[in-house]
Amino acid sequence: MEWGSWSAFWAMGGKAPFVWGSYFVTFALIAFEVFQLRRLARHAAARVAHAAEWETLDEPVQPTETTR
Amino acid sequence: MIALFLAVLRREALLAWRSRADTLVALTFFVIVATLFPFGVGTDERLLRTIAPGILWVTALLAVLLTLPRLFEHDWRDGTLEQLLLSAEPAPVWLGAKLLAHWVTTAVPLAVLAPLLALLYDVEPVVYGWLPVTLLLGTPMLTLIGAVGAALTLGLRASGLLLALLVLPLFVPVLIFGVDAVTSARDGAPFAAQLALLAGGSLAATALAPWGCAAALRLAVE
Amino acid sequence: MSRIDAWRAAAETKMRSPKSWWRFAAPKEFFWLTGKLVPWFGWAAVLLAVVGLYAAFFVAPSDFRQGEVYRVIYIHVPAAWMSMIIYLAMAFWGIVGLTLNTRVSFILAHALAPTGALWCFVALWTGALWGKPTWGTYWAWDARMTSQLLLMFLYLGYIALVRSIEDPRRADRAGAILAIVGSINVPIIYFSVQWWNTLHQGASVSLTKAPSMATVMLVTMLIMTFAAWSYSIAVALARARSMVLLREAHTDWAQKAAAAMVAKREAEKE
Repeated sequence: MEWGSWSAFWAMGGKAPFVWGSYFVTFALIAFEVFQLRRLARHAAARVAHAAEWETLDEPVQPTETTR
Repeated sequence: MIALFLAVLRREALLAWRSRADTLVALTFFVIVATLFPFGVGTDERLLRTIAPGILWVTALLAVLLTLPRLFEHDWRDGTLEQLLLSAEPAPVWLGAKLLAHWVTTAVPLAVLAPLLALLYDVEPVVYGWLPVTLLLGTPMLTLIGAVGAALTLGLRASGLLLALLVLPLFVPVLIFGVDAVTSARDGAPFAAQLALLAGGSLAATALAPWGCAAALRLAVE
Repeated sequence: MSRIDAWRAAAETKMRSPKSWWRFAAPKEFFWLTGKLVPWFGWAAVLLAVVGLYAAFFVAPSDFRQGEVYRVIYIHVPAAWMSMIIYLAMAFWGIVGLTLNTRVSFILAHALAPTGALWCFVALWTGALWGKPTWGTYWAWDARMTSQLLLMFLYLGYIALVRSIEDPRRADRAGAILAIVGSINVPIIYFSVQWWNTLHQGASVSLTKAPSMATVMLVTMLIMTFAAWSYSIAVALARARSMVLLREAHTDWAQKAAAAMVAKREAEKE
């Protein structure tokens, strides 16, 4: 596929908003999902690690940086 | 088995009669909403005649949806549901009785009322006859699918809205064929296939839905 | 009934055996497995996406009728397929969970739902953006898009139901029942919407029928579909991994694993 020039590529035959609107929204959503999952993993790890501390009732529980 | 079926049927009928206000509320809802539309779309007779089957079907469907929580709510609260689930008979026996009673006391009155409402829309003569028929054929499937939804959402917060979200997409096929049967009858096109699909759908739902309904009820009761 | 019980007992024995694939039904093993699998599927998705996008923009030619805007298809069709495949997968794992009584199966179903809903939305969005320049309207009630919209409601219903039940056991099984009922209805819905659509549109063009595909276009679409598939697996397993960790918070292995994850993060910060 020969585009001729970069501006022709970006223009997408005059339908740029539709093509790029589709692709960029899709990738934005994917990026959002990946970001959300990273956050979920951090939250899960922090929460479950903290659960271990609550179980040792003999020692007083010190709040750490990992708790929220 | 038959003894249990009839006993539950009798009980449901008695309870429905004692709280017949609930049924009247559903019927009133049906009437009011059907009256709303001309305020929205105008009173052009041709327009109203065209949209009447669709509007009346949608409104009846919503009225059925409104009455679904009633199916299990009271019995769940007073412990009857738990007793029924413990029964030695298979669940579809007493579930079938409950659903039959509900359908007769809710959907059948809607179907009977529909031609009267169709008067407001000045529909063609053939619609007066076929509209209630399609409702009678299609509402069993609505009741059965709705029962599964009601069982799944039993006791939850905002269960009514959640039930609507779960169940309305599944209602769409019934709506499509119900309205199409009426409009095809009106336009002189063949409509036997639509009626057959409605009836077939209701029969299939009668066979399959009690399984899902009983499973969901057990979850709610545990 | 006893044949099912016998089969279930056999399955449970297999799950306890250290050499069998069935052992991954246990949360701890499953957690370990996802840790290994997520990077593979993630990078596979990236690779396939790079190849697919290159093909979509620099290899596939312009379309005779639609020009350049047809390239939306390389996202739209994979998204639509994924939204349907994922819903079936949810129902599948629901059935597995109900039959084998394994928590992990239900967790997989829950983990798939948000991703499926995302693809569903993407299909609707890209469909609208494809429709406007080509057929003049963002939304026309054609069979495929309408069915896609109803599928979106099915996804939202599943997510809402599972979220609103506090008891995890009830949430798992209620979701499974709903997914099963939904997936039985999906072909019914599609068939009825097709029927309805032909009544109201008559002989007009099917808005989402692909232009007759050159091989290059077809291959590109398949590459993008596999990219989406690989991504979906990676993302669902990653989500399931966190969900398993949270659910098993009371267990020793989970607390140790979580502590290790936290320590690793602290170490990486420095």
